[in-house]
Amino acid sequence: MNREAMLNAAVLLALVAVPGWALWAGEPFTITLATRAVIFALAAVGLNIALGLGGMVSLGHAVYFGVGGYAMGILAWHAQSYTPLVEALAIPGTKSMPVIWLVAVISSALAALVIGVLALRTSGVYFIMITLAFGQMVYFFAISWPAYGGEDGLSIYVRNGFPGLNTLVPVQFYGLCLMVLLAVLALNWRLARSPFGLALNAARQVPQRVETVGLDPTRVKLVALVISGAVTGLAGALFADLNRFVSTTMLSWQMSGEIMVFVIIGGVGRLFGPVVGAGLYVILEHFLGDLSDYWQVFLGLILLAVVLFGRGGLVGIVAGRARTHG
Amino acid sequence: MAEVVLSTRGITKRFGAVTASEDISLDLRAGEIHAVIGPNGAGKSTLIAQICGGLAPDAGRVEFLGRDVTARPVRARARMGLARTFQISALAMEDTVLQNALLGALGASGRPWRFLRGVLTERSLRDRAEAALARVGLDDVAAVRTAELSHGQRRLLEVAVALTLAPRAFVMDEPMAGLGSEGSERLTTLLGSLRREAPILLVEHDMDAVFALADRVSVLVYGRVIATGTLDEIRADPAVREAYLGDAA
Amino acid sequence: MSPILIAEQVLNGLQFGVMLFLMAAGLTLIFGVMGLINLAHGSLYMIGAFAAAAVAGATGSFLLALGAALVAAALAGAIVELVVIRRLYDKDHLDQVLATFALILIFSEGTRWLFGSFPLYLDIPDWLSGPVTLPGGIQYPLYRLALICVGLLVALGLWLLITRTRVGIRIRAGENDREMIAALGVDIGKLYTLVFALGAGLAGLAGALVGAIQSVQVGMGEPVLILAFVVIVIGGIGSIKGALVGALLVGLTDTLGGIFLPELFKLFTDDAAGATATGSAFASMAIYILMAAVLVWRPTGLYGAKA
Repeated sequence: MNREAMLNAAVLLALVAVPGWALWAGEPFTITLATRAVIFALAAVGLNIALGLGGMVSLGHAVYFGVGGYAMGILAWHAQSYTPLVEALAIPGTKSMPVIWLVAVISSALAALVIGVLALRTSGVYFIMITLAFGQMVYFFAISWPAYGGEDGLSIYVRNGFPGLNTLVPVQFYGLCLMVLLAVLALNWRLARSPFGLALNAARQVPQRVETVGLDPTRVKLVALVISGAVTGLAGALFADLNRFVSTTMLSWQMSGEIMVFVIIGGVGRLFGPVVGAGLYVILEHFLGDLSDYWQVFLGLILLAVVLFGRGGLVGIVAGRARTHG
Repeated sequence: MAEVVLSTRGITKRFGAVTASEDISLDLRAGEIHAVIGPNGAGKSTLIAQICGGLAPDAGRVEFLGRDVTARPVRARARMGLARTFQISALAMEDTVLQNALLGALGASGRPWRFLRGVLTERSLRDRAEAALARVGLDDVAAVRTAELSHGQRRLLEVAVALTLAPRAFVMDEPMAGLGSEGSERLTTLLGSLRREAPILLVEHDMDAVFALADRVSVLVYGRVIATGTLDEIRADPAVREAYLGDAA
Repeated sequence: MSPILIAEQVLNGLQFGVMLFLMAAGLTLIFGVMGLINLAHGSLYMIGAFAAAAVAGATGSFLLALGAALVAAALAGAIVELVVIRRLYDKDHLDQVLATFALILIFSEGTRWLFGSFPLYLDIPDWLSGPVTLPGGIQYPLYRLALICVGLLVALGLWLLITRTRVGIRIRAGENDREMIAALGVDIGKLYTLVFALGAGLAGLAGALVGAIQSVQVGMGEPVLILAFVVIVIGGIGSIKGALVGALLVGLTDTLGGIFLPELFKLFTDDAAGATATGSAFASMAIYILMAAVLVWRPTGLYGAKA
């Protein structure tokens, strides 16, 4: 087992052990923190598919996170207020997580498809600016659209349900989120080794080569962005359920920046990079946030140090050696 | 006369006041190696870009396998069996040698939309990639990262990726560039054996390789083809002697 | 809707546009010359506004405040360039995005630390307040008119700088070929610091000028930064002319869209309040739709180099 695999195993073990430790140590709030970290990790795993495998520097992933969040918020709000979602067809809202997840995944994938078709007409720094701009568009739209809370957001009184679980119990909700994260990580692992992953990997490094073997690198990247958006959207639905609240904050450019920070401080293109990064972020947020209201100054300094001196993020520092795929 | 596989019919390309290609008509026939030679700045790269796609000529046509492909993108021509190699190796450096060859095989299969199955477990892709690597003698470094290959090995991998496409014609952009004499000889032998599978349009600087391989030669100067013929005809051509070989020949 | 109202809105759009130009010009210049994407440009805008508010509060002089904004932002820009930014020129865009995102965090939280979370206010001086009557009987605030003039003067000045001066020639040479300019014996490090400080100064000036009609607060820079990105995508990266045309297009589209779209929606429904809300929601998207249209039509922008 190489060092990266050992690190991954240690992270996995820690994730499984957290709730046990929290209950034993009498710090149940830790479970909520860990849930937050797991959901952020899921959002970042989504971005890592676009960024790490596909080389697309998307600075607009808050769109998918927020669309997933609003999918949950809107469906659950209609259910709790007993108003139909689509009046003409008498389609009701729902409090069922599996249905909400499906809607979140489909709607964020669609958002990624539309943004991707436009943004992938360009590349490099244009792509960054365009994804950021479309993120701002959705943000302002959500603020000025009055039907679903606008700037105030939507509150959901009771957490949505999952068959066979009591999601109101923090440990059970944590376990559910962790299962989703692990399933998506497994998917990510297989994706990277699949024919599609091979084409995507090459499209990042040498698009002209992909073209000369008869494939369309732009379409390969577009599909990757859609998958990426769908995963981040699923994370958004879970995040809204964790807070029982959704607002435009989930759609803000800061959120996009933070999701990217998770990936970078963990390690771009590493399977567990986003998990490590999100975990570290939540820990810093908690402990530095206790020390100072202005803890983001320190986050900024750490991030600067990682960019200037520590290429490869935390996983890179521990595991050494540049990544290889397959 | 052998069947014409690939041809250009009077293609012309201008960049502002500069005419990079002027009324170029070339053909590549089954079983031959047709070399295009010319000094730097003669318009060789522009010519290749128009033949392989990516750059549309202002006038004229490109025909491949009897069809007009002038308006078709690079990937459509590749799928028809037009395989090109790059002057500066365009390989996925982070990936292994085998993965680079697999990409070619994947392109040839035309089915990249499989997301969960391991690419290494696909027998047909793997056989095709490994056969191509064996053909160029890279089978023993299949698991090595491409970034760790020597320059000469990368040139061979370029050819291997082209081979995985089971091409109907090769277009090679200075495959000998930067090779030592040993590497050139090895690649010359390889290319010589490839012509039976598919004809090669060989754009090359290395005159030893051209003299060893070419059945016919076209001389490109300032965007125009000033002569086409067998080696002997080219050697004897006064226009070539004056414009290209100069007094040194 | 009266012609006077429309004329007023066109002027508002122009005013918004020229202020966006001040931001976009610096960004596009920095990208064109150094190949750097700078997310922290919005922080420099904020620094300008805070410096102006602080100096105006202490001295009561608006002109001194503007001078302070220019100097503070240019100085902050030069320092940031020397300490951080110059390590980023050879790195990829991802690193540039992250490092400059880190700078946003540091600047924003640092400013909150120094000035607190409450907004500051910068007053329009007496000699620039009040309306003026324009030809056609349009009453228009003198200050906003002054902003339009300042913006256009800066555009003219930049054009002269780039086309007529030695520094401008060097900047253009640097855009084309870094090695060539180094070979000419120009100290490229100094040139880069200068260009960065110039862009920063323009952003700071914009922050101070706009700060007098909005509140001065942490986080004021980033929305403007993102709009400046939209401007650059529309105008084409590296082009000052593109930045001007793009900025005016965005300014006018946003302002006029906010007026006309709700009116347009009212034509289709009896529910006036609902139409206004729906119209406003779509109006907030108008400039991004404009950007999308430009992307479809010309992916490298109106004045961008073809790929």
